[in-house]
Amino acid sequence: MEIYLILLLDVINGTASLFLLCLGLAIIFGMMKIINLAHGEFIMLGAYATVISTNAGINIWIAMLLIAPLFVGLVGLLIERCLIRFLYGRLVDSMLATWGLSLLIIGIVTTVFGNTIQGVPTPLGGFSIGSYRSSYYTLFLLAMALVMMAIVYGVMRHTRLGLIARATMQNPAMANTLGINPARVYMGTFAAGAAVTGLAGGLLAPVSGITPVMGGAYVAKAFITVVGGGAAMLSGTLSASTLFGSLNQIGAYFTTPVYGEVIVFTAAIVLIRLLPQGISGRFLKGNL
Amino acid sequence: MTHRLSLIAQALAVAIAAIGIALAPGYLEIFTLMQVTLFAAMAVLSLSLAFIWGYGGILSFGQTAFFGLGGYTYAIAAINFQDSTQGILLAVFIPGVFAAILGYFVFYGRISDVYLGVITLTVTLILFNVINSTSGDEYHIGTAMLGGFNGIPAVPTFNMPFDPESPLSPEASWWATGSILLIVYLGLRLLLASPFGRVVVAVRENETRASLLGYDPRMIRLISFIIGGAVAGLAGALYVNWGAFVGPTIFSLSLSAEIIIWITIGGLGTLLGPVLGCFLIQYIVASIGSQQTFNSNLVLGAVLIVFVLLLPKGLVPTIRDLILRLMAKKPQAGSGVTAGLTAAPGNLHPAGASSHG
Repeated sequence: MEIYLILLLDVINGTASLFLLCLGLAIIFGMMKIINLAHGEFIMLGAYATVISTNAGINIWIAMLLIAPLFVGLVGLLIERCLIRFLYGRLVDSMLATWGLSLLIIGIVTTVFGNTIQGVPTPLGGFSIGSYRSSYYTLFLLAMALVMMAIVYGVMRHTRLGLIARATMQNPAMANTLGINPARVYMGTFAAGAAVTGLAGGLLAPVSGITPVMGGAYVAKAFITVVGGGAAMLSGTLSASTLFGSLNQIGAYFTTPVYGEVIVFTAAIVLIRLLPQGISGRFLKGNL
Repeated sequence: MTHRLSLIAQALAVAIAAIGIALAPGYLEIFTLMQVTLFAAMAVLSLSLAFIWGYGGILSFGQTAFFGLGGYTYAIAAINFQDSTQGILLAVFIPGVFAAILGYFVFYGRISDVYLGVITLTVTLILFNVINSTSGDEYHIGTAMLGGFNGIPAVPTFNMPFDPESPLSPEASWWATGSILLIVYLGLRLLLASPFGRVVVAVRENETRASLLGYDPRMIRLISFIIGGAVAGLAGALYVNWGAFVGPTIFSLSLSAEIIIWITIGGLGTLLGPVLGCFLIQYIVASIGSQQTFNSNLVLGAVLIVFVLLLPKGLVPTIRDLILRLMAKKPQAGSGVTAGLTAAPGNLHPAGASSHG
């Protein structure tokens, strides 16, 4: 019995982490239809920001929840101004340029910090279920995923800012006519997406080995999940990360972690073949 | 007039390349020759994607799936048969079949654009994961142990066809690789000049119009995809012959990305550009590799960004346009010069190339 509780925790953990990892990419993709292939490096920057400020003596919660998103959000703003704004509407070019950006960031971080593994200790303790042990941090990740979901939903649905963002997403020309500058909305959205990604990086810093190339492990998965989920940033990401996250954990439990991944990838291929517009493009039309 | 001139120029270039390949071992040190052999093998891979992306409008993020499959097929066959001849043939055939299956699945589902990219990328990841987990004695094909993460070492290199007793020397190996590169280049060039090649470009330019003219875009895409897969498989065999080793990192994402960088820099929609881009970038990476001041990722990333922003057409089309503009200043040249020089018109933009797909 206990083993199923642990499995359930694993599924929750997988889903919550995947959701946090993908949300920033989904915001950018849903809003501007560009795929940011430097997404993994934004995660890496968030993780580095957390580790470095923690090592400098700053409280880990402040580092994780404040410094990481702020820093990566600023980096995102800078990148949007210098690079991305020239590439709207050019999907493939934006992918190429952000791939170049990802290499560039890896190169810079390697040059500055070296190719070594960094880490911070996991805060909160563990608890036992029968003879199995788990960590409270898992539950914290779930809570953070829920909080992020609520924040994005609240901002998009109930604030003026969200209204402007949704209007620009639906019809940039019309929004422009009504006195909104789409370029500024895009700039803000990209920075917000980057900040959310930085937060994900900060949150995952205690549970992963932090190296300059760690982003590579995430970008493919996030890319697949976001495209599988479709253009709706919240419902699409949520449905796809629930599907892939639980498939991964359950598959890993019954076979090996490697085949858990293979099962997810196979499921993703079948999903995209059947629903080329993603889950939300088919079932959740018009949702956020 | 200009058209004939360009044909003559191309024939001359091919002749010079052939002479260069033949004479290179006399001038290059053995280390350099081995490096150039590697570059040439990679250039074949570059051509495979240059064909399906630049002319077919199919942006595959997983061209290394076929490359790796070709490499593994060659290694396994060469170990089992102890003769490279069947290995090379199988390394073309099996990735071709795999491309046929994957392509049928994708194109007949009318999947395009970024979704196609996701699927090809995912397939590469699956192959990487599966091959990576095949360490242990129970994973073998014939006498070849798959070796998991450690890969397959000591793969027999090329020998004279059907004569396993006489393996190729490094010089002969270069001749084989170099001439295969030249043959693949010429083969693709001829294919693109043929009616089928025209249809491939037509499908890229406007799928609806091509299908209204009676062509089946799905079929055309599928066939180009199979050709691309087979060529990439051949490149895999050449690569394994160079290193006598194959491991799962052959399926890596970074290699897939690097091919895309070669093509972007050399020029999408040309065949010469991707070959030049491949040699150039590999040379840069190889020279950076030995020192630590500049990280190769840093340089590659910066180069790619600069090209996408400032020279989105790539080197070869930019230089070609420049030459043509200079020539057009002379009085006798007509207005429709640009179209004559290449099979693809100059307005090839990566986004434009795939947005129809």
